[in-house]
Amino acid sequence: MHYQLNDKSYVVTEDADLTRRLLDVIRIDHGLTGTKEGCGEGECGACLVLIDGQIFNACLVPLGNALGCTVVTIEHFATTEAFRRISDALIRCGAVQCGYCTPGMVMAIASLLKSDPRPTDLAIKEALAGNLCRCTGYQTLFDAVKEVANSDSSL
Amino acid sequence: MKITDSVCRLDSQEKIAGQTKYIEDVSFEGMQYAKTLRSAIVCGEIAAIDYPDPPPGITVVDASDVLMANEVAMILNDMPIFADRKVTYFGEPIALIVGQDKDAVLDYLSAIRVHYLEKPAIVSIEAALKEAKTDPSAILSQHAYGRGSFEDLDWDMTFERAYETGYQEQLYMEKQGVVATYQEGVITVYGSLQCPYYVLNALKHATGLNETQLRVVQSPTGGAFGGKEEYPSLLACQVAMAAKKVGAPVQLVMDRREDMAFTTKRHPSKILLKSYVKDDHVVGVDCNIQLDAGSYIGLSDVVLQRAMLTLMGCYQIPVLRVAGQTLRTNNVFAGAFRGFGAPQSMFALELHMHQLATALNKDPVAFKRAHYVHQGERTSTGGIFNEPIYLEALTDQLMALSDYEVRRAQKGPNEGYGFAIIPHGGGFTGDGEATHIKATVKLRCDRAQEGYTVTILVSNVEMGQGALTALTKIVAATLEIPMERVFYQNPDTFVSPDSGPTVASRTTLVVGGLLHQGARHLKAYLDDGILPDPTLDPRLGVPLIELEHTDTRIWVTAHFKQPDYVKWCQETLQGNAYMAYSWSAVLARVTVDPVTYVANCTDIWSVYDVGVPIDEKLLLGQIHGGVVQGIGYALLEHMTSSNGKIDQTSFSSYPIPTTMDIPKMHSDWQINRYVDGPFGAKAAGELTLVAVAPAVAAAVQDALGIEVNTLPITPEKIGGALHALPTQR
Repeated sequence: MHYQLNDKSYVVTEDADLTRRLLDVIRIDHGLTGTKEGCGEGECGACLVLIDGQIFNACLVPLGNALGCTVVTIEHFATTEAFRRISDALIRCGAVQCGYCTPGMVMAIASLLKSDPRPTDLAIKEALAGNLCRCTGYQTLFDAVKEVANSDSSL
Repeated sequence: MKITDSVCRLDSQEKIAGQTKYIEDVSFEGMQYAKTLRSAIVCGEIAAIDYPDPPPGITVVDASDVLMANEVAMILNDMPIFADRKVTYFGEPIALIVGQDKDAVLDYLSAIRVHYLEKPAIVSIEAALKEAKTDPSAILSQHAYGRGSFEDLDWDMTFERAYETGYQEQLYMEKQGVVATYQEGVITVYGSLQCPYYVLNALKHATGLNETQLRVVQSPTGGAFGGKEEYPSLLACQVAMAAKKVGAPVQLVMDRREDMAFTTKRHPSKILLKSYVKDDHVVGVDCNIQLDAGSYIGLSDVVLQRAMLTLMGCYQIPVLRVAGQTLRTNNVFAGAFRGFGAPQSMFALELHMHQLATALNKDPVAFKRAHYVHQGERTSTGGIFNEPIYLEALTDQLMALSDYEVRRAQKGPNEGYGFAIIPHGGGFTGDGEATHIKATVKLRCDRAQEGYTVTILVSNVEMGQGALTALTKIVAATLEIPMERVFYQNPDTFVSPDSGPTVASRTTLVVGGLLHQGARHLKAYLDDGILPDPTLDPRLGVPLIELEHTDTRIWVTAHFKQPDYVKWCQETLQGNAYMAYSWSAVLARVTVDPVTYVANCTDIWSVYDVGVPIDEKLLLGQIHGGVVQGIGYALLEHMTSSNGKIDQTSFSSYPIPTTMDIPKMHSDWQINRYVDGPFGAKAAGELTLVAVAPAVAAAVQDALGIEVNTLPITPEKIGGALHALPTQR
């Protein structure tokens, strides 16, 4: 039994508790604290990670469900060109305030733009509806997504 | 660097990449985890607590471990750090269970049995008022002010309405959290907090130690909105005692349900407004405000004062009586939240003025406009409006921005428009900045071959609002150097002077103003060798600006002095309640679904006077965030308490606006330079939330012809009001 986290593979021993939250495995076992716990109930999106390319709230995923999968957290995604472009747009648009929701928001934006490089306003709203932000009022986040989407090359 | 250049925030990059270490992300060597043992009843006495023998590594920390005083020093000291013998609200902390293994802590916690003698609880404002007839202490505080005589008043009609608002949860995305360490005789508290010196003062009171033995360091703060103003003082005192007892770092981070159920929220209110009208003009207003404080006073009395002193809003009313009370109940402890009492009183006043205009068959905008205050006139508390007031210009700009006349003329069924206009006083009430806060800021200038760098030393925190960037920009623009050469030191009471709490929209106005002064004197010294005036300020006993220097380093200290025009008497609440007012005018468009009765706010147009904005991008951030929080307060955020227990304790039961719930936001501002603000800036942070709910409520009334006088405006309330209409519908 194993799972891939970012660029490494990890073995899960026979006696491991497979019901543990993937969020705890990421934050406690691996010390990767960019994935945040906002609510612990799958409502806020602060703990979004990519599992085999799809976004999931890591607080709702038991470790057992990640076996054999590739998990990507913000720390690894931050090394990519796609991240750089999203990050630049967020900074330019002033879309970051307290920053607690931001890593999860980045994962949701990346996932949206990968599947829909030219999203409509409604598609952007729907794609980010699972990510709560209490500071920005969301408008500048939409601006940042559009800025990336309107550039010449897709992510 | 010019102040008008819009800049990118300085803290974005590391936040986006997930590198920012919030308190839950930090680990200390040998750190132990704390979980709170809480009261399972609303009100009563603790008869006994059965603590099973703790397994190795588990420690109980309770009232007996408090070093000096089991009191959380706020304005009064009425709240205990750990409940001792009696409990006064559901979830009140009794002890911390501390250990290195989180599961072992939880197992032990669940094995503890607390035996209570339950007492009848007071769980509403009405019940507290009834209690007050036999026990006057149920009224925690009360105030009144007024002017003119109702007996001599000439009026031809009166108009009276009662308004009610509910709880609102700050719902910062980062939960409450603190860590304390005890090393070499020093207790250090790291935490997600707004007011390092409030926490330090609470620690001093609780431990009897001094500021060399106690240290408070603010950790990156993932949103606060007032929720981390007074509450962290309680948590800090708890973990300080725990770290001292176990001799290891102790972390206390709440889970979301604890945070929602047991930490401070916006005060529920009941407000009665009675207007006296003569020839379609309001000539007198009688107002009473009641706030449910919970079982301790905390900041409630100050919240009440802002609620009262923000009246009469933008209006000049000749005869006034404003009274208010904070009531002691056994509900959750209520406290600071963006707006600080003004959202309640301005909801009531603005909706009341809309309803009165409607009753008189007047256009609400024109009706309100006819009552506007002007520069040089008396404030409701007998002070003078010193600075230019642009209410007419703001209204004109809003009408043009929204195309109001055309929209009104084309209004369809179930569609409505609502207008609200409000002031917000920057900084502490009255002479609070001068008598209580006495802010001091420091600048440290390090000379080097390649030029010099400047470090900002203040106790005001970055919590998402952009203080780090705004303050850096003010100093860089004053010195006319690039922002890269200015550094903001994260607040740490060992190195940062007390520039006051990060509250009351004061950070840019007051602290930015002091930094601007300090930087001006630093520049005069660097450029021309001019030293600041060494004359002692008679009130402070020190010069307002002090400058010390060595060959490589210059220190500039700036102390706050109240502008001469601010005169205030706290006993009578007479004088200038605030240094300077910012202003906000909002128009809301609402459509109501005729089947589900869901009100949807589709558009918010808003125009502001915040003096000269320090940065337009930062201002827009405050506008969007404040408007959306205001939409939540108006329509979505329904938090109730049943028999003393908060009913909505999770994100699924307490909906804040998501991307799908936000209106289109159209905003603009007037430039109105404020002479005593840095580069002409005034306050902006709280202002943006306050006018939204009354504008939305007025729009709902405009759409349906019904009055809904309580917040939030839920479909149930709209349905109820529609069904109560006498006419067929």
